[in-house]
Formats: sequence, structure tokens, C-alpha cells
Amino acid sequence: MYLLVIGTRKGLFTATAADGDRRTWHVRGPHRLDSEDYANTAGVYAVGVDPRTRRILAGAESSHFGPSVWYSDDLGESWNEPERAPIAFPEDTDASFARAWQFAFGDDPGTVYAGVEPSALFRSGDGGESFELVRGLWDHPHRGDWWPGAGGAAIHTVIPGRVSAEGTDPRAMTVAMSTGGVYQTRDGGAAWTPANRGISAVFLPEDAPEYGQCVHKVAVGSDGEFYAQNHHGVFRSSDPAAGWTSIADGLPTDFGFSYVTHPHVPGTGYVFPVVSQVCHLPPDGHLAVYRTEDAGATWRPSVEGLPADPYYGIVLRDGACTDGADDPGFYFGTRSGDVFCTVDSSGEWSRVAAHLPDVLSLRAVEV
Amino acid sequence: MAVTVLLPHVLQSDAGGAARVDIAPAAGVPAGTAPAPEPPAPPAGAGGEPATLRAVLDELARRHPGLDRRLRDERGRLRRYVNVFVGSDECRAVGGLDTPVPDGAEVRILPSVAGG
Repeated sequence: MYLLVIGTRKGLFTATAADGDRRTWHVRGPHRLDSEDYANTAGVYAVGVDPRTRRILAGAESSHFGPSVWYSDDLGESWNEPERAPIAFPEDTDASFARAWQFAFGDDPGTVYAGVEPSALFRSGDGGESFELVRGLWDHPHRGDWWPGAGGAAIHTVIPGRVSAEGTDPRAMTVAMSTGGVYQTRDGGAAWTPANRGISAVFLPEDAPEYGQCVHKVAVGSDGEFYAQNHHGVFRSSDPAAGWTSIADGLPTDFGFSYVTHPHVPGTGYVFPVVSQVCHLPPDGHLAVYRTEDAGATWRPSVEGLPADPYYGIVLRDGACTDGADDPGFYFGTRSGDVFCTVDSSGEWSRVAAHLPDVLSLRAVEV
Repeated sequence: MAVTVLLPHVLQSDAGGAARVDIAPAAGVPAGTAPAPEPPAPPAGAGGEPATLRAVLDELARRHPGLDRRLRDERGRLRRYVNVFVGSDECRAVGGLDTPVPDGAEVRILPSVAGG
């Protein structure tokens, strides 16, 4: 069975498919995270599925009663919220937790990282029931210069274990934030260095600032190569600390929010172009997905099966993913509430769900 | 002193199902007086000064910590779309969390108009 977890502007949905071609989906939701329904139509900006335990995490934000984290250990049948606030800033920070933007899972069982707003990284050792602030990044001297983008000041990409294509290391990690850009640690989170050389920042006066970029999403390919969809600019790097190379040629526009890599085939990935920083619509008013099979050297539209009529919903930062299966499914959801899926061997998109609230976050697993 | 906190239905499960909570907050300290050492906290009604709304919410939080995080963030700041009325006054129009809450007052918590 395949499970798709869909965080939307108004609640958490799931979709399941029993068949390998993943064309027939059973959609449920919004799930009742709490019995009083106060958070059940809250914005769900971050979802995660623990690869070991299949615990689902949902970062939901009630506009009235604040943010929290819910979890399900039975694939969404029932939900729990920790008794104590799972994510809270220590008193000396004078900061308060506004929103979870990303969950990522470390190598050690129970290790979960949360990228949050305001821009900070938290670590959990108990599967996401309680988190502690990663002080090294919070205390970074650059932090005062990390400005909020339109979505708020947040860490929305967390990649445990990797800082380059040269293998994995449990003490290494890459994060990306808007704004601020890409930062990396090699010592378990004590020291962090910016890794933005070559990434543009069209909203800053300098051509190539050391940091301050608005990197919307970073993804790692099966060979360890790094890919970034920037606030204008699409980039590739084998070693982000050394620099990034543009791979935007051949795309209709270099703006967008998400990037998804193939879990098994190096160089293959998808982007979802958006007109520009001032026009957050798909190019030419049609749903746009582009696929590369040569690490961004060339791109081709991947639109078979997608609506051909005018379409104005875009794909947000965490609105696309893969299920990682042997014959992987790729998924994206739009701000128009549609979710689409393609299985790699088919190359044709089919609709998973229609007319949901704006899709904010997606995760898919084979269970 | 004693005040009554009235909860909206959506928050009652965080208070053990109660729609109203009668509490005795720590009384306020007269201006110019050094704060009492803790413990012990000033007894209810001591000093004859009204409690502040902060003291009312602190006592509510002591009884129902899960409720407090719905109302205030971890810095103790009232959430933006939570309105707290002391009598008929929304606290932000009076003194915020420093609003005096006289003996016998009703403190009504209501979700504000928000969302779309």
C-alpha cells in the first residue's frame, strides 16, 4: 500500500492506494487531530513519516490557539499531542515558536529534526514528542541578518547526514532558510558555515553575498549531488561549501519553490516553475512541471495527464515529494488543492485528489 | 479573593471539561512595595489589591498547563487571536496582562475573529 500524507491550509488529509500503478486513491480528511476540532482545520505546514517506525508527524498551527505537533502511530487512524508543548524556545531566547516548517529524520532511532519559524533548528530524541533547540545555529552571529521572506523567517529544508556528495556523516547536516540561505555543520550542530557561493540574491544590493539568499528548497540526489530551487535561480553542487552552478537554462522561468530528486537514478529530478518573485503563478497560466535526466543540463516539460486548461495554482516549498519505492511515485500538490502522482515507469500524471484546501506539505511512503 | 474564568467550549477539554473555573489568584502588590519573596506566595486577598490578569492566568496555568499554551506562547504573551475580557473590557484596551481583576470579577476567554 502507498500512503500519501497531505498537509493543507485547512487540515491534514491522507490518501492511500493499494495498487502498484498508484492510480486509484482513497482520500480521507481532514483528520481529527484533537477531539475539540480546534486544530483540525489548522494550517499544516510540515508533515513527516519516520522511515523506521512509520510514525506520522504533523506540525499544525491554529490561528487562534497557536502551533503544536501531533503524531500518529497507526497511519493516521488516531492522533496524539504531547502533554507538554513539544517545541518551545528556551526563556533566554526571548523568542516564541510560531510554526513548524519541516521534519527530517536522523540515523539514530527516534532522532527527528524540526526546522521552524522563527529561523531555528530543533532536535528530538524521542520520535518528535519533545524537542530541544540546536544552540549552535541559534547563536550564529549571522542570525540578526536573517530576514523573513514572504512566508516568514523559517528553516524549511533540513538534510541530516550530508554536506557534500562525498558520502554521509552522522555529524554533518545541511539546512536552508528564507532568508539566510544554506548553512552547514560538520560537528553535530556546534559550528555552522554558510554555503551559498554562486547562488543569486536578486533582492540584495550585492551580486554574491556570503549569506542572505532566499533558498526555497534543497534536495539531494541518489548520488549525493545537491540541487537548489532558489528565489530566482536553479542550482547544482557537488560541494555546496565550494559553490553552486546554475542549471536554469532550458526552463521557462528560474523561479519556483520545490525540487524533488529521483530516489535511485542520479541526475533525475523535477521542478515546478513559477513566473517570478512578483508573479506567483504558473508560466502562461498552465500547470508546469519540468523534468531533467541529466542533472539539469536539459529540461523537458512533464505534463502528460495534467489539466490542459488554464490553471493558476502553484507548488509550494514542501508541496512535492517521492515515495522512494523501487518504481518510485512522484507527487505534487497545488495551492488550488489538487494532488497529482506519476509513477516513474509510466511517465503520465494522474490525479490523487481534487478541490482540497491549498496544499502546503506532502510526504509519501510505501507501507 | 476569587475570580471566575469562563472558557469557550473549544478549550474546555484542556480544563478537564469545565466551562468555568473559580480560582483565587495571588493578589496584587501595592505600588511601591517590594514583591513578596517566594515561597510563600501572597495569600489570596492579602494586601487588598486586585490581582492582575497575569496572576489570574498564572493560577489557571498552574492548574491546567495544557490550557495555558493555547492562550499564551512560551514567553507568556497572549496569543494574537485570543481575546480575554475582564468584565466587559477586552484586556488589550485596558492594561493587557496588567489589567486589574477585582474580587468577584468574571474573566471571559473568547476566540477572536480570525481566518477565512
